[in-house]
Amino acid sequence: MISETNILVLIPAFDEGERVGGVIRESRQYLPQAGILVVDDGSRDRTGAVSREAGACVLTHPFNMGVGTALQTGYKYALQHGYQYVIQLDADGQHPPSYLPAFVAKLKETEADLIIGSRFLTDRKGNSSYPRKMGNKLFAKLLSLLIRERLTDPTSGYRALKSTVLQFCVQDLYGFDYPDADFLLTIHRSGFRMEEIPIHVHPRVGGQSQHGGLRPIYYMIKMFLSIFIILLRKKTVHKKS
Amino acid sequence: MPPRLKIFVILIGLVIFIGIIELVRRRKLREESSFIWLMTGFAFVLLAIESDILVYVTQLLEIALPVNALFFLALIFIMLLCLYFSLRISALSTQVKNLAQKIALLEAGNDDPREGARSSSYVPGGGEAHGA
Repeated sequence: MISETNILVLIPAFDEGERVGGVIRESRQYLPQAGILVVDDGSRDRTGAVSREAGACVLTHPFNMGVGTALQTGYKYALQHGYQYVIQLDADGQHPPSYLPAFVAKLKETEADLIIGSRFLTDRKGNSSYPRKMGNKLFAKLLSLLIRERLTDPTSGYRALKSTVLQFCVQDLYGFDYPDADFLLTIHRSGFRMEEIPIHVHPRVGGQSQHGGLRPIYYMIKMFLSIFIILLRKKTVHKKS
Repeated sequence: MPPRLKIFVILIGLVIFIGIIELVRRRKLREESSFIWLMTGFAFVLLAIESDILVYVTQLLEIALPVNALFFLALIFIMLLCLYFSLRISALSTQVKNLAQKIALLEAGNDDPREGARSSSYVPGGGEAHGA
C-alpha cells in the first residue's frame, strides 16, 4: 500500500522562475498529500522564491552543479526525511503533472524499482527535434541491446524511484552529469528492475535547455565513453531487499 | 655540456628549489605538493653536474641526441603531472559537490512540506556509501 505522504515530488530547477510555480501548483492538484521539493541549482532568477511562494520546500545549491547533482541532492533529502518514493519531473513545464497518478498506480502494481515515463510508447511521438529523436533512438537501441530488455526512452527525466534505488543513488559512485542511458545501464547492472509507462510531453516554452549550443556533441561522446567504462566495470548487485 | 649552459641550468635548478621553499614558507604551497617540484629542481642540478646521466639514458633508449632525450623525458613528466592534477581535481570536485549538497540540506533543516514527517536514520554524507 502506497501512502501519498510517502511520496516526494522532486523538481530540479535552474533559472525556471517563470515556469516552476505552475508545475508545483499543478503537481499539488494531482498529489495533494505528497511532499514537493524543488532543488534550485544555483539559479540567477527568482526560481527559489517563486517555488516557496507556490508552497514547495526548496533546497538551494550555492552554485550551479548540473541536473544530475541536483537530483542527487533531492534523493538525499528524500531519504533523510523518510520518503519511500520519489517522482521527478522537469521544472520547465514539459512534463505534465497529470501523469503523477499514473506513476503512483504503476508503483503500486509493479515490482520494478524505477519507472520511466516514455514519450515513445504513445501514438504521439513527442515534440523533440529530429536530431534529438535520432540520438534518443540510438541510445535506446544500444541500451536495450546491452540489458536485453526493451527500453524506448532512456533520456526521459520523468521518472519514479523506490527507496531501494535512492539508497544506491546517494552514494559517491553516482556521478552522472546527465543521468540517462549510462545511469540506467548502471542501475540494471546493480540488480534493479526498470519499467516504462507511456507519457506525452508539452513543447518547451521559453527558458534554457540543458542541451543547447555544442552540448549535444559533448553529450554523445561522453555518453558513449561512460557506457563503455561501465561495461568494463565488474557487475555488482547493490539492491537491498 | 658547455660550461656556460651548465651554469645556466644549475642556476635554473637552484631558482626552482629556492622559489618552492619560499612558497611553502609563505604557506602558498602545501608541503605535500612541494615535494614533486623540489625533485624537479634537484633533477635540473643533477643533470647539469652529471651530464653523463643524460648521455647514458640517450644511448639506452637509442635516441639520436641527448637534447631529444631530455625533451622526451620532460614531456612524459609533464603529462604524468597533468594526470596527477586531474586526479586531484576529480577528487576535490566530488568533495565540493558533497559539501554544497550538505549546505543545501542543512539550510533546509527540518523543513518538510508534508505533515507528520518522519526522520530516518540516514545521515547525508555520513559515509555509508564510501568504498561501495
